[in-house]
Amino acid sequence: MSHGLVKRLSLCLCSALLVASCAKQNKQAFYNTGIIYCSESNPVTFNPQLDTSSTTSDASSHQLYDRLLDFDPESGRIVPSLASSWLVSDDGLTYAFQLRKDVWFHTTKYFTPSRNFNADDVIFSIDRWRLTSHPYHYISGGRYPYFESIGLAQNIAAVERINGYRVEITLKRRDSSFLANLATDFAVILSEEYATQLSQAGTPSKIDELPIGTGPFKFESYRKDHFIKYRRHDNYWRSSLSTAEDDTAPPDNNRESEVRVDDQNQAFGNNTPNDGEQTTVEQLIFDITPRSSLRLAKLMTGECDATAFPAQTELEVIRAKDDLILAEKPGLNIGFWAFNTQRPPFDNPDVRRALAAAIDKNTLLEAVYFDSAIRAKTLLPAASWAFQNDADDTAYNPVLARKLLADAGIETGFSMTIWAMPVERAYNPNATKMAELIQRYLRDVGVEATIVSYDWTTFRRHLREGLHDSVLIGWSADNGDPDNFYRPLLSCGAIPSGTNRAMWCNQDYDRLINDALETDDIEARKAIYRQVNRLLYERLPLVPIAHAYRYQAYRTELEGIKINPFGGVRFGGVKKAL
Amino acid sequence: MTQILVRYCTLLILTLLVLTIISFSLAYLFPGDVLENLTGLVPQNDIQRAALEKQFKLDQSYVHQFVYYVSNLLTGEWGYSFTSGLPLREEVGIAMPATIELATYAMLMALFIGIPLGYYAGIRCYSTSDYAINSASITIYSFPVFWFALLLILIFSLQLDVAPLSGRISLLYHIEPVSGFILIDILLADTENKSLALKDALSHLALPTFAIGAIATASMARMARRSVIDVKHRPYIAAAISRGLSSWQIFFRHILRNALLPILPLMAIQITTLITNAMIVETLFSWPGIGNWLIQAIYQRDYPALRIGMMAVSTVVITLTILVDLFNRVIDPSREKYERAAV
Repeated sequence: MSHGLVKRLSLCLCSALLVASCAKQNKQAFYNTGIIYCSESNPVTFNPQLDTSSTTSDASSHQLYDRLLDFDPESGRIVPSLASSWLVSDDGLTYAFQLRKDVWFHTTKYFTPSRNFNADDVIFSIDRWRLTSHPYHYISGGRYPYFESIGLAQNIAAVERINGYRVEITLKRRDSSFLANLATDFAVILSEEYATQLSQAGTPSKIDELPIGTGPFKFESYRKDHFIKYRRHDNYWRSSLSTAEDDTAPPDNNRESEVRVDDQNQAFGNNTPNDGEQTTVEQLIFDITPRSSLRLAKLMTGECDATAFPAQTELEVIRAKDDLILAEKPGLNIGFWAFNTQRPPFDNPDVRRALAAAIDKNTLLEAVYFDSAIRAKTLLPAASWAFQNDADDTAYNPVLARKLLADAGIETGFSMTIWAMPVERAYNPNATKMAELIQRYLRDVGVEATIVSYDWTTFRRHLREGLHDSVLIGWSADNGDPDNFYRPLLSCGAIPSGTNRAMWCNQDYDRLINDALETDDIEARKAIYRQVNRLLYERLPLVPIAHAYRYQAYRTELEGIKINPFGGVRFGGVKKAL
Repeated sequence: MTQILVRYCTLLILTLLVLTIISFSLAYLFPGDVLENLTGLVPQNDIQRAALEKQFKLDQSYVHQFVYYVSNLLTGEWGYSFTSGLPLREEVGIAMPATIELATYAMLMALFIGIPLGYYAGIRCYSTSDYAINSASITIYSFPVFWFALLLILIFSLQLDVAPLSGRISLLYHIEPVSGFILIDILLADTENKSLALKDALSHLALPTFAIGAIATASMARMARRSVIDVKHRPYIAAAISRGLSSWQIFFRHILRNALLPILPLMAIQITTLITNAMIVETLFSWPGIGNWLIQAIYQRDYPALRIGMMAVSTVVITLTILVDLFNRVIDPSREKYERAAV
């Protein structure tokens, strides 16, 4: 009797355990079907053509859409995306793009595509921002800030359909950064068929509210201040690529075929054995959480799998946790100390060199960035393809500084101003602290510095008027092209638009950076930028200080997530395994 | 009975009318454009503005405007939010049940834990267990609710990692709001992961409910204890003892119901505290309720939302208070003798 009881009890126990473990498996399986990303704010729109803020492009660009070209997050090179290959004419004015076949737009509750992606979609997407006469140009405001800021619309003469899968773009002037601009987060491809349907229905503005793209996820719902929900796009072209052999036209040069391999690897996470099934993730959810501390808390409790913008002070907490990963990468930015070269004595390069030699950049990196940045030698961060590893750099040498100052006729007790920007930016999280450190260093060489700060708007207005002696500020770029750093920061043309903080105008410099755009040969461009770097080192209109890292924090369950230094976060191809 | 009902109805209607007048005048008192404050719509041009002003009778006297405003409130046309552009009725319709749900569970916790504890302490008054319960309830009762909630988050979410710290349910679940109560909606919803979803929702509910509930429980226990001690000293208890009834008989026949009567009216006061506490705790747990929603509206100067939010919260509180009071009258007719229409 008692024997039977024990037997029965143990049987019960076993089955209970079995049920419990089953439930646990079910639970894991369910939670593995979705990724939750804690984002920092609401997107302005779901069309990144219309807005340059990173929140908007995070929520749309890489999730919902594809571009003709992409940046490889590792090398920063331009790689094929919807365009499988491209040809540039010898004069550099005509670009022919061969488009991928079998690319499908999203099928959602509000739209069912009847045809796959073709040349019409490319022409529609480009003409929308390019032509003011386009029926969709003025829908949702008619402002396309990224394309306006680089004047791309004015430089495109024509966008023509050669056949269903071939598009030709003709430029008015040569522009070797053109391809890079097409690979930015903002140059997404919309569906022309969807647009036609919407204008027939009389609701064209829905194109930016209920988006349709070709990206790895499709839009499901959005509640402001709460969440954005996406579902997996089952017909995503990258997921069918690995099984079906790619039949697009052969690449036109070596460089391209080489990067095409990268491209495929990147799409499937190259170290996972089961490449065939693209991803087990069915849902992607953006949990909109403006408070940085709450994002971190949610990440720790597992309510988020990844989070945006961890604060500098939280980095140590994330590093200390075993189940959290803090990925870091030098970002595409530069923090610098610029001298107003139109005010004596800062018009004298020797004075500028003396002041640069008076400060110890490494201490600044430690004290201001908490080592979350790398020392900058030139304007370009290492993520850019034109980065020059062996560029000359200023060194901490107070003796030399004193000598140079004496030679230039600057007496001890000379006073100057250091303007410190009032806001936090990745490239300079605490400009005031940095200014105080510099103040100390300058005192050592007999220069008295006063720190000046206004509210951000006034600050920038006074800078534009050139009221400063020197300023601590920086720059974040939109794409990996070096021209995006050199031109706005130091060219003569950038003085009136207010991005040239050094108010520096040098004909040689302008000629060099213009020459660099005239050629498509990467090595030739690199050589030119070497000369530019040399020139900048000699003239030193500004002291490059740091390239701050970009951070992304995520849980160990996520696999295949990559920081993209060239813009928004990407979840295509990311896997989750609890 | 009819007389009582009529009296309570008039009281309810009059109070709501005063509230409506205040909320209507807010449109004029808030800074900015009256039309925009009232409707949440921003006219694009003068023609649109004139049409809207005509529609909302802003070109007529205040009385006309007010009558139109009330009829709009009654038909559910509450205007639009500045920030989200959504109809306010829809937003309140999502946020309000979330708060009520939280408050309800906290109330249940107070009723089913607080009252028995209070009874126990009252029966055993001035014993060690009474002192223990009493001092524990005083301690918990004196916690500021937001601090207590933060403490819970710190211990159970961040250190022990046993409960999530934000929201009502993991965003991975798709639960259509039908009743607005998450647990009911899950049961009604058509998903295959019902038990998982329920478990998830319960784990989300645990901490905020406990944060609000613990304080309500503590005060409920103290009230119940006081009431039981009072009843114990009544002459009819002495009479019962002298008749030789056992202590169980005395408890079930005489103390239980009689001690409950003074507690019930105090519950009406508790409702207000509960809802206010729920609104505070919501912001800490990112619970998508009305408190969280109002805080956002304040930050973003969303005047139409503030106006409607104030209206909605006070309507709920007043209605519940009056209903509880009415209930008390029904079960305790003796109150009629010495008080009238008390809220």
